[in-house]
Amino acid sequence: MPREIIEVPITGKIISVEVKPGDEVKEGDTICMLESMKMENPILAPVDGTITEVEVTAEQVVKPGETIAIIEYQ
Amino acid sequence: MFGLFETGFAGFTWGNGVMLAIGAVFLYLGIAKKMEPLLLVPIGFGVVLVNLPFGGLMECVVQGKVVEAYAIGGEPAGLLSRLFRYGLVWEFVPCFIFLGLGAMTDFGPLIANPKTLILGAGAQFGVYAAFFIALLLGFNLNEACSIGIIGGADGPTTIFLTNRLAPHLIGATAVAAYTYMAMVPIIQPPVIKALTTKKERAIYMKPQLRLVPKLEKILFPVIGAITIILLVPKSAPLIGMFMAGNLLKESGVTDRLANTAATAFIDILTILLGLCVGAFMSAGVFLKPASLMVFGLGVAAFAASTFFGIILAKFMNLFLKEKINPMIGAAGVSAVPMAARVVQRMGQEANPRNFLLMHAMGPNVAGVIGTATAAGIFLGMLG
Repeated sequence: MPREIIEVPITGKIISVEVKPGDEVKEGDTICMLESMKMENPILAPVDGTITEVEVTAEQVVKPGETIAIIEYQ
Repeated sequence: MFGLFETGFAGFTWGNGVMLAIGAVFLYLGIAKKMEPLLLVPIGFGVVLVNLPFGGLMECVVQGKVVEAYAIGGEPAGLLSRLFRYGLVWEFVPCFIFLGLGAMTDFGPLIANPKTLILGAGAQFGVYAAFFIALLLGFNLNEACSIGIIGGADGPTTIFLTNRLAPHLIGATAVAAYTYMAMVPIIQPPVIKALTTKKERAIYMKPQLRLVPKLEKILFPVIGAITIILLVPKSAPLIGMFMAGNLLKESGVTDRLANTAATAFIDILTILLGLCVGAFMSAGVFLKPASLMVFGLGVAAFAASTFFGIILAKFMNLFLKEKINPMIGAAGVSAVPMAARVVQRMGQEANPRNFLLMHAMGPNVAGVIGTATAAGIFLGMLG
């Protein structure tokens, strides 16, 4: 099954994680909230699918390119 | 005898009622809708206070007589009229706010992608468009400059320039600039949607920009200040303070100063500025055809800057192999970070893969430089 890796786009801090492995998500659903440049930014699901891995937790400081979550889709 | 005629009710006019309603709208937007509360709450309360008759907050003495509204040639005698004279008219507050802004600004996205400097400059065409419209509507040269600069969406710059060129309009231009800055999320999206297709808004830009070394970040404010001030000397108060604040942040050895400039220092100045701007909106001063026209032209200036920023981004795309999302041109107005936030949100709506924030911050901070430079050019011509 094809996989989509969602990566951190910008240095910041994860404020909240809205999904867990096994969750079904639709394109545009919020995966987590990332605080950067004093703004809270949602990270959205790029495709419909199932979350297979979540690699961040709330309060974690993250850097560009790190994996946030992996989605498997049809 | 203490009676009705010694209270504020005796001097209360329908104009005060209108202004109290406007103040209440500002407070509502700031508190209930959380629209730029740091600006709208002090401005809104300033409007309320100054429209309660006989309070004397903005009174001045003119040829021995006390007048309740602020008078340009008079001697300030009220709490806020003194603050207005020695803080705003003497230019301390707007220029030192720029120092705080500099300490809060990360030029990294701009240095990493210098093309965005062009977008920040492009949005300034809106300033000149509004300037010409104001001239056509009968405003004189100095007034037209002060109205045009509203399009830059930069409150301190607007106050700085209007104070020098058309001080009688300072209340109207300052309130217009701050109001429209707070309303960026309402004003910009329709203009962006009108000028771009969904396909264009969905254009994906790779998130990772070049990592900017520390040395470049230190050199940028130094070289930037020298270059811009040599080219446009009259921009020195704004650009000089902006770059000074940024150097405090980036030098790495003045963290205490940078932290103070970016927090307590700018917060104190913002409270003083907000109250003063609001206090300039007494019924007698604000409810005049010229002021209302300035307010109306301000939104045209703002929309024009957004328009030109996007058009320039689309024009650049004609020559670029790797296309940019034209929406980032809209962030060329200097409402930091409101305009960049609008672009980020609309980019994600069009394409959930998009994360345009850092791409939009480049033109956004370039817009601050652009507007301050445009003000310097106007001052050089007319000041």
